[in-house]
Amino acid sequence: MSAALSAAVQPSVPSAAPSSPADRLSHLKRLEAEAIHIFRETVAETENPVMLYSIGKDSSVLLHLALKAFAPGRLPFPLLHVDTTWKFREMIAFRDARAKELGLDLLVYTNPDGLARGVGPVSHGSEVHTDVMKTQALRQALDKHRFDAAFGGARRDEEASRAKERIISLRTAQHRWDPKRQRAEPWHLYNLRKKRGESLRVFPLSNWTELDIWLYIEQENIPIVPLYFAKERPVVERDGQLIMVDDDRLPLAPGETPQQRLVRFRTLGCYPLTGAVESDAATLPEIIGETLAARTSERQGRVIDKDGAGAMERKKREGYF
Amino acid sequence: MTLHQAPTAFADRASGYAAFLVAHRNKAVLRFIACGSVDDGKSTLIGRLLHDTKQIFDDQISALQRDSRKHGTQGQEMDLALLVDGLQAEREQGITIDVAYRFFSTDKRSFIVADTPGHEQYTRNMATGASTADVAVILVDARQGLTRQTRRHALLVSNLGIRRVVLAVNKMDLTGWAQGTFDGIVAGFRDFAADLNFSEIKAIPLSAKNGDNVVEPGIAAPWYAGGPLLAYLETVPVRAEALNAPFRMAVQWVNRPDSEFRGYSGRIASGRVRPGDSVTVQPSGRTSTVARIYTADGDLPEAGEDESVTLVLADQIDASRGQVIVATDAPMRVAETLDARLFWAAETDLAPGASLFAKIGTATVTATVERIVSRIDPETGKPGPAERLSANDIADVRLRLDRPVAVDAYAENRETGSLILIDRETTDTAALGLVLAPSVEASPTTQPARGGLLRGLKRLFGR
Repeated sequence: MSAALSAAVQPSVPSAAPSSPADRLSHLKRLEAEAIHIFRETVAETENPVMLYSIGKDSSVLLHLALKAFAPGRLPFPLLHVDTTWKFREMIAFRDARAKELGLDLLVYTNPDGLARGVGPVSHGSEVHTDVMKTQALRQALDKHRFDAAFGGARRDEEASRAKERIISLRTAQHRWDPKRQRAEPWHLYNLRKKRGESLRVFPLSNWTELDIWLYIEQENIPIVPLYFAKERPVVERDGQLIMVDDDRLPLAPGETPQQRLVRFRTLGCYPLTGAVESDAATLPEIIGETLAARTSERQGRVIDKDGAGAMERKKREGYF
Repeated sequence: MTLHQAPTAFADRASGYAAFLVAHRNKAVLRFIACGSVDDGKSTLIGRLLHDTKQIFDDQISALQRDSRKHGTQGQEMDLALLVDGLQAEREQGITIDVAYRFFSTDKRSFIVADTPGHEQYTRNMATGASTADVAVILVDARQGLTRQTRRHALLVSNLGIRRVVLAVNKMDLTGWAQGTFDGIVAGFRDFAADLNFSEIKAIPLSAKNGDNVVEPGIAAPWYAGGPLLAYLETVPVRAEALNAPFRMAVQWVNRPDSEFRGYSGRIASGRVRPGDSVTVQPSGRTSTVARIYTADGDLPEAGEDESVTLVLADQIDASRGQVIVATDAPMRVAETLDARLFWAAETDLAPGASLFAKIGTATVTATVERIVSRIDPETGKPGPAERLSANDIADVRLRLDRPVAVDAYAENRETGSLILIDRETTDTAALGLVLAPSVEASPTTQPARGGLLRGLKRLFGR
């Protein structure tokens, strides 16, 4: 049981009283203000920014913060979804509904070469699929539109190499990340300068944790893909992961039939690479309760993080977001 | 991997959740920096804090056990340092290379920890970590005692405006929890730190490896009754010093979606603002009144430090990015020449005459290094002459800007008294800078040959 949880289940424990007036601004409000500041700095100092929109909960929060940062004006940049063609169908439906509802300038990009070669996670494995359909596709899309800054929803608490990433992170003209050439980032003074051809990755959610994301979604009533909520879904077990059979492209073993299990997703990606967790958490309070009690990290459901030690660092060096 | 049914978090979901939200909404965040020399156990200490406050998940523990066998320095035991040393080179070499940020929370507070390396580019990394920290935890190896590095780190966090430090005397288990050893280190540190303007020095004997006095009290040292590190971090005041600073907000972005609305967006650096307040735009000097504090969630009756808002002014005055909206009765200094203490971060040297970009608030100007006033000895804080600056040097310089900017002295305001210098060619961040109070000497060439340390500190701290 986490330390935070013990307060939750014992309402008699007095809540932490603000110890000084400076404590008045809650942690979430401070995180929100910091993210808004980062959005505004980036838009003010770059030529052609774009927001990477992955449709997941972090992207939902990112979009919500971006809208706040520029209200009552419109979002001063487009959204880019790198579509591997293997996303859950509910993700695509959600994406299109949100874009329509909010009047977003949404760009969808798929690596045409990978598409022509039929690259996919089942036929080519997670490493090749992620490299071709995500990493290379992203590089192509950024080059095609000449974006010089791309917002992403990555958080430092996700993975050890992310913890060392700057909020404003420089990429070479080849989109490579050099962990040894990171700029100092003191106070709230962000250096958004870069040489011709270089670009920036900008992470306004750097200082958020998974719990902060959920609490903020609840507080702000932010729409998220229904896959995050528990429901009976058809799944098969693959290498210890519960994989949802989202369409007929997932080959089944002879005699294998998907089982209906009460599951939900803690992260969303390509469906054959995204493990579900058994859960009956069907509301935000229940998800927050489960997050507090969780014994495994959210990335545990991601197959690509297990492609060897330091896998994320290597992918990031190669241009993975 | 084990699949398991997640336990129900709230026995009575509705009331438990409500209580949790109340507690969480009142929770403040404390940012602290952990610094120490190589092998003092910084990463282990942070790993211990994360582990003992239950922030580490089962799959991370199994990964840690696997990594400990491969890269660990703790024999058969889990090497908690590997939780924070995330880069491959760090794991392979068993050292921390780059500043890392870690997060944990208890039922009292949320914490953001900057874990900074004690050796490689320590000036720049540590200054970065310290720049936003409320508290510094300075680690000392009980067997080594105070080292040159300890003095450097204490001086550096003092320079960056940190007023509360924890002297964490680590590896006490390896001294048999000798009180005399601890007392000697603490006395030495207090002596050295007498001039460093700390408002509080909290000394704690601990063992990060075993966990004594980190989260749980250590039972091995009955002579120490000061409580564990976490208890201190949960109760130390957050930024008590910054509360009385006047209103300042640098304009980031002029929000003008249509002819009806014109707002100035920014993050409030300090102070509070209400509709009706008289404000001045600097450096232009035009004055107006706050008409609205616009946010996407509706207008606010009042806003304060750290909030991102959009101000609508009563008059159609021109304010643009780079200017600062301030309380009319407490304006900032407008300067074209700045004295600044630099933490030089670039690999190339700095010589007088060099031209760089300076980012001050939201203003970016060209800055020419008119002269290097003095280099600061990183161990004693004493100024000395210098022709050039090399990587990791600390120095006071005079900068000439190509146009005036509004600044405060760093001692009075960390947000509006700080700057970065950017190399025009590489575009890398070349230096971190603290704006010094304006010099009172008529001729700058007369400073600061004598009485240098004290006067230097007085200028830095504004006292």
